[in-house]
Amino acid sequence: MGSPLLEVTELRTYFRTDGGLARAVDGVSFHVHQGEVLGIVGESGSGKSVTSLSIMRLIPRPPGEIVAGSSIRLKGEELVDAPEKRMREIRGNDVAMIFQEPMTSLNPVFPVGEQIAETVRLHRRVGKEAARARAIELLGLVGLPDPEERVDTYPHELSGGQRQRVMIAMALSCEPDLLIADEPTTALDVTIQAQILELLAELRRRLGMAIVLITHDLGVVAEVCDRVVVMYAGQVREQGPVEAIFRDPRDPYTQGLLASIPRLGRRMELLTVIPGTVPNPVRWPGGCRFHTRCPHAWELCRREAPPLFRAGTGDVVAQASGAGTSAPTHDVRCWLETHPERRASP
Amino acid sequence: MGNYLLRRILGAIPLVVGVATLIFFVLNLAPGDPAAMYSNPNLPVAVIEQLRRNLGLDQPIYIRYFKWLGSFFTGHFGYSFAQGRPVLDILLEALPATLILAFWALIVVFVLGVAIGIYQAVRQYSVADGVLSVSSLFFYSMPSFWLGLMLMLLFSLKWHEWGLPFALPATGMTGVDYDYLSFGHKLLDRAAHLVLPVTTLSLVLAAGIARYTRGQMLEVIRQDYIRTARAKGLPERTVILKHALRNSMIPVITLFGLYLPLLFSGAVFVEVIFSWPGMGRVIVDAILQRDYPVVMATSFLFALMTVFGNLIADVLYAVADPRIRYD
Ligand SMILES: Nc1ncnc2c1ncn2[C@@H]1O[C@H](COP(=O)(O)OP(=O)(O)OP(=O)(O)O)[C@@H](O)[C@H]1O
Ligand SMILES: [Mg+2]
Repeated sequence: MGSPLLEVTELRTYFRTDGGLARAVDGVSFHVHQGEVLGIVGESGSGKSVTSLSIMRLIPRPPGEIVAGSSIRLKGEELVDAPEKRMREIRGNDVAMIFQEPMTSLNPVFPVGEQIAETVRLHRRVGKEAARARAIELLGLVGLPDPEERVDTYPHELSGGQRQRVMIAMALSCEPDLLIADEPTTALDVTIQAQILELLAELRRRLGMAIVLITHDLGVVAEVCDRVVVMYAGQVREQGPVEAIFRDPRDPYTQGLLASIPRLGRRMELLTVIPGTVPNPVRWPGGCRFHTRCPHAWELCRREAPPLFRAGTGDVVAQASGAGTSAPTHDVRCWLETHPERRASP
Repeated sequence: MGNYLLRRILGAIPLVVGVATLIFFVLNLAPGDPAAMYSNPNLPVAVIEQLRRNLGLDQPIYIRYFKWLGSFFTGHFGYSFAQGRPVLDILLEALPATLILAFWALIVVFVLGVAIGIYQAVRQYSVADGVLSVSSLFFYSMPSFWLGLMLMLLFSLKWHEWGLPFALPATGMTGVDYDYLSFGHKLLDRAAHLVLPVTTLSLVLAAGIARYTRGQMLEVIRQDYIRTARAKGLPERTVILKHALRNSMIPVITLFGLYLPLLFSGAVFVEVIFSWPGMGRVIVDAILQRDYPVVMATSFLFALMTVFGNLIADVLYAVADPRIRYD
């Protein structure tokens, strides 16, 4: 597979808040290969958005800061300490992003075509006319009907799904290598969700870009992702190929998430939800951060934080490895990996 | 758009007539006989009656009302009691000076206010932001006549006394030697005479605009579409001056219209302080002399300014915000 497109190593992003230092992302490592779709899942507050904004270097500062020692490499280039000028070349050009709220993510006072053309003109040295033509082409590409007319409409004249298509068109305008989609369908209704996911999958096949798809819906992951990273409390809990995670979820947190996917044909009240809520990032629990909600937790979990293990082997994964290996690995942050006998007794 | 404007203007006509009516009755039913002002109380009654007839005060109030409304169509607003000439002539003499003052003040208010507001929002919580916030509150809560007197004292009288160069003139529109100056020096002389009155008139209002702009800007900066603009790779300048500014100006721009009447009434005070030969003088003199036709005409002019200002505000709002529809 060669060296990865994006390599995030020991990423820590902290926020200074009135209550203290919020360690929103606290030592996250993962990688994305060229053309791959990586899902990042986790409950609300687990640090998914902060991770993606860190990659774009769009963390508001103050109060936020990417802590020294973190590394984000794009095609080998370190982004954590890249000058702002270089980051502006990368944003929208090499890495593009779409957000959860299509209703508020477009500027209400400019026509949608102009907002797309602006990105094109910024990164490609083309004139007004060429940029506009490109905007029309892109609107057609994302399946907006009558792109020649829609190019001059304002965001408020479009539906939520159409606006999200415009956001996608804008993100694709400079053919990025990586598209980060932060819950792109959460705010849309179910049929539109399916259409937008289908569009993303198709565009990825056609354009060959890699996608980081952030969601808290494991059903979405199953449909479109190649690999998945499960996040909890600012850390990676488990990561691996989608079929491995679904066939053999090893972390109790992942198991809990999977159990809470509503399935067709199943009675809704049977849905299990992980009890409790994500703790406060100012005071993560000591030991394993999930132990306060884990049905298997025992002495060791409360006392000592588990490292990342290679699934089923009990071997500790050296940080930042696994990126260059040919076969995708399956890693788990849970003491059950070294104490398999405890699995039976929840 | 043209259609919308026409409809708005037609809609304003009943309002203007209503205001004219109100002004007329309030002033004419007020106690005090204008005729008494212009005559010696020792004059025989017959002479005073003659005077009342000359001023048209002997007629029933409704006749005077319709005459007054009629004078809008003849276009001269009747005759001044005090000066005996058409009110329109008096207004036209005084209006240009007031317009010059109000025009420059309007420019200073918005350019200065918006620029400071943006700067403060971008540097929120910095020392500069704090200093500017405190000073705008200071100017905002200061009565403009007092500010005018202090500026006059400091930059004109004391400045001169201390022997500093370029003491600013404190009275009038031009210096005494204006007629003998070259063209360039005439301009300079006029500009110098504008500085203190315009500053007095605009600081208070600019402080308000700065506070409002800062608030709007801070609100807009944390919107999702600003994050989108940054995620495109736009430089911070473009993010602020294009994407954020355009949005935060939507509510500010409407103030442009609403400030028109404020500037005019503010100009009245400032003109009196700085002996500026504009509407302020005319109004004060007319009130002191119970020169009702002039008072009514100037009050009406203010009302017209308010209606016009509101119209401008609505039009600007519709132009600035594509979500507002004309129909
Ligand atoms: N600007 C900020 N200031 C302070 N804390 C912040 C800031 N942004 C994020 N956080 C904190 O970081 C933590 C992680 O937030 P994040 O938005 O990454 O969660 P998420 O996984 O994306 O959740 P969701 O599914 O709700 O989008 C939260 O506890 C949040 O309070
Ligand atoms: Mg989020």
